[in-house]
Amino acid sequence: MFLTLTTTGSPEHPATDLGFLLHKHPGKAQAFSTSYGQAHVFYPEATEERCTAALLLEVDPVALVRQGKGGGGKGRGGAPDAALAQYVNDRPYAASSLLAVALGAVFSSALRDLCKALPERAGQPLPLRVEVPVLPARGGPDLVRALFEPLGWTVAADPVPLDKRFPDWGDSRYVRLVLEVPDGVLTLGAALRHLYVLLPVLDDAKHYWVSADEVDKLLRAGAGWLAGHPEQRLITSRYLARRWSLTRTAMERLELVRLADADDTDVDEIDNAVTDDDAAIMDDATDAAVAESVTTDAAPEAEPSVPLAVRRREAILAVLGASGATRVLDLGCGQGQLVQALLKDTRYTRVVGVDVSVRALTDAARRLKLERMGERQAERVALFQGSLAYTDKRLKGYDAAVLSEVVEHVDPDRLSALEHAVFGSARPRTVLVTTPNAEYNVRWESLPAGHVRHSDHRFEWTREEFRAWADGVARGHAYTVEFTPVGPDDPEVGPPTQMAVFTRTDSGMSDGTGNGTGNSTGNGKEVRAA
Amino acid sequence: MTNDRNDAHAAMTTSTTSVAMTDTATGGADTAGADRAAAAIAAAATRVESGERGARTAAPGTPAPPRRLAVTDLSLVVLVGATGSGKSTFARRHFKPTEVLSSDFCRGLVADDENDQGASGDAFDVLNYIAGKRLAAGRRTVVDATSVQSDSRKQLIELARRHDVLPVAIVLDVPEEVCAERNAARPDRAGLPRRVIQRHQRELRRSLKHLEREGFRKVHVLRGVAEIDRAEIVTERRHNDLRHLTGPFDIVGDIHGCASELETLLGKLGYVDGAHPEGRTAVFVGDLVDRGPDSPGVLRRVMSMVANGTALCVPGNHENKLGRYLKGRGVQPTHGLAETIAQLEAEDARDPDFRTRVREFVDGLVSHYVLDGGRLVVCHAGLPEKYHGRTSGRVRSHALYGDTTGETDEFGLPVRYPWAEDYRGKAAVVYGHTPVPAATWLNNTICLDTGAVFGGRLTALRWPERELVDVPAERVWYEPVKPLRSDAPGGHDGRPLDLGDVHGRRVVETRHAGRVTVREENAAAALEVMSRFAADPRLVPYLPPTMAPTATSRREGYLEHPEEAFAQYRADGVERVVCEEKHMGSRAVVLVCKDADAARTRFGVDGPTGALCTRTGRPFLDDAALTDEVLARVRAAVDAAGLWAELGTDWLLLDAELMPWSLKAKGLLRTQYAAVGAAARTVFPGALAALEAAAARGVDVQDLLDKQRERAADASAFTDAYRRYCWPTDGLDGVHLAPFQILAAQGRSLAALPHDEQLALIDRMVEHDGSGLLRTTRRLYVDTGDEESVRAGVDWWLEMTGRGGEGMVVKPVGALVRDGKGRLVQPGIKCRGREYLRIIYGPEYTRPENLEKLRGRSLGHKRSLAVREYALGLEALDRLADGEPLWRVHEAVFAVLALESEPVDPRL
Repeated sequence: MFLTLTTTGSPEHPATDLGFLLHKHPGKAQAFSTSYGQAHVFYPEATEERCTAALLLEVDPVALVRQGKGGGGKGRGGAPDAALAQYVNDRPYAASSLLAVALGAVFSSALRDLCKALPERAGQPLPLRVEVPVLPARGGPDLVRALFEPLGWTVAADPVPLDKRFPDWGDSRYVRLVLEVPDGVLTLGAALRHLYVLLPVLDDAKHYWVSADEVDKLLRAGAGWLAGHPEQRLITSRYLARRWSLTRTAMERLELVRLADADDTDVDEIDNAVTDDDAAIMDDATDAAVAESVTTDAAPEAEPSVPLAVRRREAILAVLGASGATRVLDLGCGQGQLVQALLKDTRYTRVVGVDVSVRALTDAARRLKLERMGERQAERVALFQGSLAYTDKRLKGYDAAVLSEVVEHVDPDRLSALEHAVFGSARPRTVLVTTPNAEYNVRWESLPAGHVRHSDHRFEWTREEFRAWADGVARGHAYTVEFTPVGPDDPEVGPPTQMAVFTRTDSGMSDGTGNGTGNSTGNGKEVRAA
Repeated sequence: MTNDRNDAHAAMTTSTTSVAMTDTATGGADTAGADRAAAAIAAAATRVESGERGARTAAPGTPAPPRRLAVTDLSLVVLVGATGSGKSTFARRHFKPTEVLSSDFCRGLVADDENDQGASGDAFDVLNYIAGKRLAAGRRTVVDATSVQSDSRKQLIELARRHDVLPVAIVLDVPEEVCAERNAARPDRAGLPRRVIQRHQRELRRSLKHLEREGFRKVHVLRGVAEIDRAEIVTERRHNDLRHLTGPFDIVGDIHGCASELETLLGKLGYVDGAHPEGRTAVFVGDLVDRGPDSPGVLRRVMSMVANGTALCVPGNHENKLGRYLKGRGVQPTHGLAETIAQLEAEDARDPDFRTRVREFVDGLVSHYVLDGGRLVVCHAGLPEKYHGRTSGRVRSHALYGDTTGETDEFGLPVRYPWAEDYRGKAAVVYGHTPVPAATWLNNTICLDTGAVFGGRLTALRWPERELVDVPAERVWYEPVKPLRSDAPGGHDGRPLDLGDVHGRRVVETRHAGRVTVREENAAAALEVMSRFAADPRLVPYLPPTMAPTATSRREGYLEHPEEAFAQYRADGVERVVCEEKHMGSRAVVLVCKDADAARTRFGVDGPTGALCTRTGRPFLDDAALTDEVLARVRAAVDAAGLWAELGTDWLLLDAELMPWSLKAKGLLRTQYAAVGAAARTVFPGALAALEAAAARGVDVQDLLDKQRERAADASAFTDAYRRYCWPTDGLDGVHLAPFQILAAQGRSLAALPHDEQLALIDRMVEHDGSGLLRTTRRLYVDTGDEESVRAGVDWWLEMTGRGGEGMVVKPVGALVRDGKGRLVQPGIKCRGREYLRIIYGPEYTRPENLEKLRGRSLGHKRSLAVREYALGLEALDRLADGEPLWRVHEAVFAVLALESEPVDPRL
């Protein structure tokens, strides 16, 4: 990875002062060891008028993997996995957090505007040009401009095509970045601090542990400019989210990473039950910062004043309350928001969250503070991995089951399995199903026509389609069904979310017909009656 | 049921000293008649008559003969006696040490003191827990505690009932003096107050009369030390345990008085006048009577066959009801009983004794039989595994009536719980009771009631052949209340598998590599992928195993080279190997059915004619129409090559490679491979120019410049490498499928078919493919012991990879080969090309210092994983071939997926 810093000068202020300011002699090429490989500093040009310092970091991908495995004493830190992606890696070429680390190490004095040789010069602004030929930029050129321009830079960010041989593949996530600032605006140290923070923020890679005191580092490097930056929230959340997602999720998704690898698939295509924006909510430190990014998952949902997710939860709680249920299943509980809400109401004596995603369950357990919960509370709640593609004896004997935004994540030809697992096998008295109303999608201005709201949605139903499905299920399994809108009920296209409330019509003797291994009261009775 | 039990007790003779009682709770059945039947069938049965009578009639003066106590092989034996009565000694003498659970011992376990009465509660919890585990596992258990109080015995009886085993009481009635003496001799009991013994004695006496009423099914009372010393335990087989009978059997479904159809069916099965010339045994699943035209005729035939030892019979609910009628109980003459009553009355004149014989016959029927070494269970209404060979009221009730949900359907009939859907047992359960249009296997169970009396068919199952034989009804003898359901219980209507089949840590038994363990975290990951992304499990009967690479090469510039692969097989004793070109695509498993009917019949799916899946079971193509087109083209090629008929099948399962790689890996290409290429291409020109400028200024950067030039060249080679795997496609234009193995066809796994024969079959498919979809697999046969042949193999590989090929896979031609120690050898070893490996190990892996580091790779785990997954894949195919239930096939397939998430260096 590579970066150049150029300044221009005059006989009074020769450009070669850059060498003093950086503490690197323009006539020499110097090499420094960093934890990820050798950093080289040399000057392609060094005249009074113009002086360019180049930083070249030779990243050793093998060392990168090794460091990850070693974990830097953190156990779970470091590169998260042994994914194939590790070995075919853009880190040796693209400017990332590693380059920022190298900047901080190689130019540590300059970063703090310190210069023994020219102390007064160090605090003075100077004209600067920074070139980063390959900068990974999640958010694209627009975000690059939004981050650098408020700081006084003139920004040129040109996207790099993925492969000219295959033009339909489009642009890569890299931009060729040129930053320029005229004399009198920024000191060299300020410029370096911008790069130190914003390169990793743009990279937004989840894959590299940096260090534990990242908050302090951010505060130091952001001193004087971050507080007033219009994108402060995004900068903070990305910078810190990177930190925890590394330390926490790394181990949890290893098995899925391997399965993705086995299938020539990007792990994000498989391990997408929890999005990072969702997950970021979990981090106390970034709670405030990410309040905004919560809505990025549901970008279209930003429009109603109350988020749709909240309205949905309220609607579910109202129906559950009216049903008289005390033992409730949240099937597809995700990160446990509904479970948490149910536990606040003492009428629910047993609340069970089930999800197929281990990652979601881990997040839910953290949200509920399950490990620190008192015994009495803990007895009311359980979280476990389950799948509605299979029948599951553990799901029998409950009053109600909630499937909130679940069915649309199931392939249509596999829905019959879910129907049997819930309505045929578990058979709670009440079943609540919510799902997006596809008709409403035209009301989301940010949603392109014909698109679904979430990349994992296998379908989105119109009101008529949903009714047809729900009526069929009810008929086939001895339930009645009623429909309730959730969110503003648009006269033309209906509500954003539609809800079906199923009620079992038989007397409910089918509970506890399992093979008697469970400890539910139903089974106990069966044993005694025999 | 409670009433029935009381009736049974009332009818029992209670002898003064001991009672040998029946082993069912209802109706007093499972007794003498069963003995007759079992004795008639097999003199080999090792039952020994209990010897109380002998003991009582022994002449005085002569040495007393042993006092024989009959104890059922699976039972809960409760020793009853005061402290010091010698229970522990008795238990030690007659039972295995592990069979005996002593309350004293359990007190010691929980309280470090065997006499700490304060610990009794906890001690009995422990005792009950262990006893429960033993009984659940089908092991006889002896409880050594005083058990003189009815409350404590009640708990044990409940425990026995909970596990559907017989409670047996053995009472040691010893004079108080003896007890006191014995306790005095024990230092830890010396201080025991005399009144404790006296209390025990009192309680014991009070108990004696009530033991049977409490629920003990055998009660043996031993009075005095001498009688105790003379006691001998005689282990009795349960009446339902006929595992020693191996048939072969012809199991006949519900007859319901269709005597003529029965005769026709017996004839078709080869019986001549109730006997089979080859010594086969008929087994009747019950419901012989009611509704039909000639119930007496059916009874006469079946009863005589049972008496002659050419048949076994279990009771149906209709026999049970008839039995109650014949005993004079008030029963409603509904559901066809009226017809039987009329027919029996007509019979009275001709054969006045017939009624009595029927009553005795029905009375003697045993609710179910376990046959053929435990592989076969026959009963009327089906039986879950935990009830097999068990004896209790609810077992009998399930065997006769099945499980009902408590609901009634729109015809007023009880809704039957689909127990067979949950069935996961090893034994095949053959039953009747629920009329179905056709007998079909579900989870290793089959219902043979095909509604003969309703104008359907009378069906029999040949065992162990598993062949169905049936005859049509001569007419509709009885109008059904409701139409025969179009689907068998748990039939192919999309009902899912149970989580218990796959969840958590599991051990899968494989026939080729023994037990394969799946760890919990791997099962969890597989569950996520299987649930969220995989195709319908019915259409994914196989997932391919991972494959180990060849041992690491020391050859300069190479990490992999075929020499090591040939050497490894030579060392394994494999002489002839085939080198198969490694295709530049993604793994695909193709299930292609001849038509939608075949898919429906064989795989139970309605609509699809097959599936095209990735190696993790996901649909390969998002576009279902495109998948159909691929299947149609493969089908046409199989058709044209005449392989359906030749392989005697209407479906084929193929292991294949689908090209180009970019078709599937586009996401990965964009985010990973092309991205790295783009970053490298973009960074180097600027960096090189800067270095050149610095060099021109006289700065010493020459080494760095040279190195960066090499890196730039490596990056460019990397781009070339991935580009070979990418080409544009449009629909199926540009898409190619290269099958390299036919895995299975109807009724058989083809995994063991030698690869040369496999490839010959596939070549014919490719030749007959008019669409251009199919691609052949280039190959070269190598003799691992012949240097020249090996050299030719190496050259072939060099030439192929030199032109940009991915490499090759070396396989033993014989497939399914074992080494000298009997272990499976690797089913294939991949040798990947030098340039291809840049995609795996990174652009710069060929630099000498990198190669040296990479050579430290360790192959052990990958090889082990490859063999385990291979064995699981073979297992899935074998289970599929044997027609095993879906969950059994899915269990092995799921395990392959789970193992794929084990931590192994992904570059291997």
